[in-house]
Amino acid sequence: MSAEAHGHMEIPFTVHARPDTGLYNGKLGVWLFLASEVMLFGALFSSLILIRTGSTTPWPEGWKELHVYPAMINTFVLIASSVFVIMAWANLRLRKPKVARMWIAATLLCGFAFMGIKGYEYSLSFAHHHFPKTNNFFAIYFTMTGLHGLHVLGGMVVFAYFLTKGWSMHEHEYQRFTNRIEIVGLYWHFVDLVWIFLFPTLYLL
Amino acid sequence: MSDHAIEQHDNQEHHDDHDSPENIQKEIRKYLGVFLALVAGTILTVWVRLGPLHLPEGQAILVALIIAFVKGSLVAGFFMHLLNEKKLIYSVLILTVFFFAVLMYLPVTEVLGKFGYH
Repeated sequence: MSAEAHGHMEIPFTVHARPDTGLYNGKLGVWLFLASEVMLFGALFSSLILIRTGSTTPWPEGWKELHVYPAMINTFVLIASSVFVIMAWANLRLRKPKVARMWIAATLLCGFAFMGIKGYEYSLSFAHHHFPKTNNFFAIYFTMTGLHGLHVLGGMVVFAYFLTKGWSMHEHEYQRFTNRIEIVGLYWHFVDLVWIFLFPTLYLL
Repeated sequence: MSDHAIEQHDNQEHHDDHDSPENIQKEIRKYLGVFLALVAGTILTVWVRLGPLHLPEGQAILVALIIAFVKGSLVAGFFMHLLNEKKLIYSVLILTVFFFAVLMYLPVTEVLGKFGYH
């Protein structure tokens, strides 16, 4: 009996590549999404440059106003998490799902560590009475790091899903599950990539 | 499902050389190398700004952006596999770069104007 006769339709090309694109659909989809994300963060970077160059008062120096070392540790945490998620994908390809699950858990832990350190950093800023309303520098700092933090949180939700309810997929659709980890990995690397530019732009210049 | 059962299941699927265990192990070593380069790049960025160099603002911005660009390229090239991707992905990215350049045109001309390059 066909899938349609059961009342649901099979999503096409979730495992194997479409002949015309050479890609499975999810991968093309995530790249299109990431293209839109480039424009989202690009607009904010563009705003930052315009506000900074157009400022009539001296622009605050990030390394004096913000907390560089917690942010540097967060950079290491995100870089490590990028390696962890790619290790998860590599181990799935090596047919070692238990090891892969461990790396997914490690990635999620890095997400928690990043958010914890970011929360600590925010609390230090608040203790110094630095809020988004303080000036344009803090307004754009909280906007950009806040939006980035939301992206980290989104990735963590997906990783938590794959560790729990979504994990069972690997038992009956192994390759599709592997592709899912590749896709969330691409998203996670992009979040890492954005931080690589945010860190020097906001904290060091 | 046991690992053995997964293996049996996957034997029915097509796997090219790219997915051979030797190749994957080689990739993993590459990823670890990139990780070390990214850590070194981060330390270098902080050292250039907070170390004994005391670069003027313009030079500091330039150096920080060059390092960030190199680090970003490593992430995109190796972790996101852009060094070896399908043509359609490159087409999407070329379009993205074009629109990103349009987005950056105004602020960049503003910066150049500020430094007297109009």
